[in-house]
Amino acid sequence: MVKNKLLGNIVIAVTAVSALIILIVVGFVMLNIIIGGWDQLSWEFLTGAPRDGMTEGGIFPAIVGTFFLVVFMSIVGVPVGTVTAIYLSEYAGQQSRLARMIRFAVNTLAGVPAIVFGLFGLGFFIQFVGSGIDSLFTGEGELVWGQPNLLWASLTMALLTLPVVIVSVEEAIKTVPRELREASLALGSTKWETIKKVVLPGSMTGIFTGGILAVSRGAGEVAPILFTGAAYFLPKLPDDLSDQFMELGYHVYIMSTQSPNVEETRGIQYATTLVLLLLTFLLNFSAIFLRYRLRKRTIK
Amino acid sequence: MNITNPVIQTHGINFFYGRKQALKNITMKIQFRAVTALIGPSGCGKSTFLRLFNRMNDLIEDVRISGEIIIDGQNIYDPKADVVRLRKRVGMIFQKSNPFPKSIYDNIAYGPRINGIKSKARLDAIVERCLRKAALWDEVKDHLKHSAYSLSGGQQQRLCIARALAVEPEIILMDEPCSALDPIATQKIEDLIEELKKDYTIVIVTHNMQQAARVSDHTAFMWLGELIEYDDTKTIFTSPAEKMTEDYITGRFG
Repeated sequence: MVKNKLLGNIVIAVTAVSALIILIVVGFVMLNIIIGGWDQLSWEFLTGAPRDGMTEGGIFPAIVGTFFLVVFMSIVGVPVGTVTAIYLSEYAGQQSRLARMIRFAVNTLAGVPAIVFGLFGLGFFIQFVGSGIDSLFTGEGELVWGQPNLLWASLTMALLTLPVVIVSVEEAIKTVPRELREASLALGSTKWETIKKVVLPGSMTGIFTGGILAVSRGAGEVAPILFTGAAYFLPKLPDDLSDQFMELGYHVYIMSTQSPNVEETRGIQYATTLVLLLLTFLLNFSAIFLRYRLRKRTIK
Repeated sequence: MNITNPVIQTHGINFFYGRKQALKNITMKIQFRAVTALIGPSGCGKSTFLRLFNRMNDLIEDVRISGEIIIDGQNIYDPKADVVRLRKRVGMIFQKSNPFPKSIYDNIAYGPRINGIKSKARLDAIVERCLRKAALWDEVKDHLKHSAYSLSGGQQQRLCIARALAVEPEIILMDEPCSALDPIATQKIEDLIEELKKDYTIVIVTHNMQQAARVSDHTAFMWLGELIEYDDTKTIFTSPAEKMTEDYITGRFG
């Protein structure tokens, strides 16, 4: 008896300490970044371009680049993920071989390291698709699409975040009550009409949540865009899909590893990281909020 | 019993959920513009049988059917049969009212819109006509744009009836339509059934024997997937031929 009680207390203590360690680590990281970056944050920092070998100025081009990247990524990834989720939950039988294969592929995709996506993007999109387009449509030896740019980086990122979208949308589709589908079908609507008019409107929040989670995941990744489109420094903002772009995560990476004067850029690194974190938090919180509203509606 | 004008005829229906046989060799005819009640204890297969008439059981995986169901001279389980057209001719009211999360108006306009009706004037007319037929018009006419969920349970069920009427079915299937309603709401639905049978053929599944006795012209008693007895409602409730039917309606089992 006494021994059991002792064991129980030990288990409680161990689990509590583990949980505490996580809290402390997160708290420390956050505090460190906030202390290091807060003073640097200013309107000028958010709206200006880097100057003097990146030791001065702001990060506006990186914010714009990140914005473009996640927008184009979503334009591709959310529809493809939604359509896949519709297929998996509405058309493929739960036990069908194809559905199981797709699920397996999605799970595998979710576990592939980000750098592999980057290499895939380089090999497939740039060297195969891009160069193919160039050799067909542009002059001898001229590079337009066969080099890193916004388009290929967005597509690579869309692939990386596809599992997030598929899972969120599938979950949302499951919350649409069977009674509503039956009501629609019993009125003589086809399966597709039912999906379009009942299932999809009922899953809208889930589709948005999936999109936001994908964006917050994508915004924090550097590896996939390393070879596919991110640039060290650009004097002008991207205005075409075939342009390269600057990006927040990549900006932190190059400032901390490639800069000739790392010490001088430290404050900017902190502040850039802080902006990136705030952005990701904001997106995650809005996803959590949307999901909460979705749950509430389902229960009702 | 005299079925002069059968609108539904079933021949030797057997139905299986996986390996479990839910319906055994059921042959019956259902009279045009009359109310036919299906009664029996839980699990006797009456709902399963009802859901065969608009092929709602198609949605369940791993089911099998043999036999024929003829509606308007056509076997609805023929591989060439058009399920979507069938469901437009055979409407259904479910046990739990299931309005869409849309306005009252849009709920009723749902079916007509699917059938390609876009004109606002025509939709307005359909919505009013169906709500009047479902005895709901006076209660909701001033807030047609409100959510269907703002209505009470009984009103929601009548809204579902109005919604079913909007696709102009010939037959209406009702699967225990009052089981979730209070006596007053139930009374309203029963009055409505009385009114609707002038224009529609109604098949109703009910747990409530008094309800079957009150609203139906013919009653079928089912037990463990078999059709035990089928006759005029009056005969079933006053002088049933089968001992089992008598035991059930007098409350000795079930």
